[in-house]
Amino acid sequence: MSLKVSLHHRFPTMEMDIAFEVPAAGVTMLFGPSGGGKTTTIAVVAGLLRADSCRVAVDGQVLADTQAGVWLPPERRRVGLVFQDARLFPHMSVATNLRFGMRRAAPGPVRFDEVVELLGIGALLARRPHTLSAGERQRVAIGRALLAQPRLLLMDEPLAALDDARKAEILPYLAQLKTALNLPVIYVTHALDEVNRLADSIVLIEAGRVKGSGPVSEIATRTDLPLARRDDAGALLVCRVIAHDTGRELTRLEGGGAAFWVPLLDAPLQAERRIRIPAREVILAGKVPDAISVHNIVPGTVRRIAAEGARRSVLVEIALPSAALLGRVTPDAITRLALSPGAPVLALIKSTSIEVLGA
Amino acid sequence: MRCSCNAASRSNRLILSPEEWEAVRLTLEVAARAVSVGLPLAVLTAWVLVRYRFPGRALLNALVHLPLVVPPVVTGWLLLIVFGIRGPIGAMLYDWFGIRLVFTTAGASLAAGVMTFPVMMRAVRLSLETVDPGLEQAARTLGAGRLDRLINVTLPLASPGILVGGIVGYATCLGEFGAVITFAANIPGQTQTLPLAIYAALQVPGGEAKAAELSLVSITLALIGLLLAEWIGKRINTALGR
Repeated sequence: MSLKVSLHHRFPTMEMDIAFEVPAAGVTMLFGPSGGGKTTTIAVVAGLLRADSCRVAVDGQVLADTQAGVWLPPERRRVGLVFQDARLFPHMSVATNLRFGMRRAAPGPVRFDEVVELLGIGALLARRPHTLSAGERQRVAIGRALLAQPRLLLMDEPLAALDDARKAEILPYLAQLKTALNLPVIYVTHALDEVNRLADSIVLIEAGRVKGSGPVSEIATRTDLPLARRDDAGALLVCRVIAHDTGRELTRLEGGGAAFWVPLLDAPLQAERRIRIPAREVILAGKVPDAISVHNIVPGTVRRIAAEGARRSVLVEIALPSAALLGRVTPDAITRLALSPGAPVLALIKSTSIEVLGA
Repeated sequence: MRCSCNAASRSNRLILSPEEWEAVRLTLEVAARAVSVGLPLAVLTAWVLVRYRFPGRALLNALVHLPLVVPPVVTGWLLLIVFGIRGPIGAMLYDWFGIRLVFTTAGASLAAGVMTFPVMMRAVRLSLETVDPGLEQAARTLGAGRLDRLINVTLPLASPGILVGGIVGYATCLGEFGAVITFAANIPGQTQTLPLAIYAALQVPGGEAKAAELSLVSITLALIGLLLAEWIGKRINTALGR
């Protein structure tokens, strides 16, 4: 699957000029501050908003091309959309809501029973939308969109209207859907925890422009992009479970060309786990220290050093064979270790500092 | 016959004479015909006015509201001009189909329908305006075309207003006078609805008692209509979870 989007639209207060390409299946996050044009982008892809000029193509099929005069209406795009406010039809039961798109679509790979099971909404089928909790409503809305057999699923801040507890309730379902259904997803959010849990690739959108795009592990550690400028900046790596050392109560993960020890996980071997290593938890060293509690001493190469003026700190991008780590240290540390781009460095990471985010 | 309606004896029986029953039946029939044709047209007009912006929209809006503000006699007279046997539409109906509207029950229904059209249209429109366009957008992304959305999403959600509009329109039809008498005349059994019968009774010396009785019937019918509208509106809104 591939999705190509380019659009230009002039609002009274902002001019949008956005172009990006999503080469593979998986979850692509449109990430950035509110009012930056993420939702507009989604609306153009869905066909709900006609941009001044735009081109949208999925798998080579052109859904919109203002230059060529092509504009498929939303009802003929087969592009699913989950809104921030579930938008269930209040005069229909949950089951009728779920079947609304299904009845209007050609038979496809998404089965009713499977979706109901995946989203845990079996007990709700006979109920009316107004009797559901916000989290339940959003799960039904996701199911309804999936059952319309879309070739592409758009999610416009699906968790933004929910409190933290409801969010935590839905995130695992989304993570599960991601692996169960091989469906490309474009996901709009401004919440970093959703990026950490779900994103495969990321498009940073700010003030109507694309600031950067690429695999999430790369974008998260690029010090020239806003994601690494946050207080909670850190590296994100997709790892596999390689071994369990039950005697030492440790699990060994491998990803990005490096190995990491974390406190014992309850996960089968070869299972996929995403880990996050916060920049402030990374210690840099020139040589291996002895008698130290740290389990992870990861060799890498300094790729870039970026000063963070106001924080009186420095961000160091550390290249691993096929990923990167991010370390936040003081300028003094850089001087003492004589670090410069290209220099070898050791990253010391406590096993308890590594956040394991699940599949 | 009509003068045998002695006030004292009738008030004891509280039963209407056959002609009076005929007037009641006719009133209900005229109102039913007016609403069954007028309401769908009112829904269509309201939908067009709410959902679309087009040149002439303001004019259409003003036109359908006209019967609400011009004297009913004027409306009746305009109907005579247009739907009379020599009128542009009346002549066509008469020549091609042999349909004559003037001085007939159908004509009375037409006059009542035109007069109550704005009442029905406004109720439907208010209701359509409360339908969240976001739900229609959701239906679009789920593959529902224009007519599909109208029938399966918009109209069910606007159904409280449509039903209430129909019932209030029906109750209003029961009281239409000026346009009906101008266009359809006051023919007992054919076009003499309750208000026309009350008017006729008041023209006859000693007819006050009969007028009072018919007025009571009139008030009762209107009251039933209004209470029904309220009750049904509430029931549907509960079903819709509002």
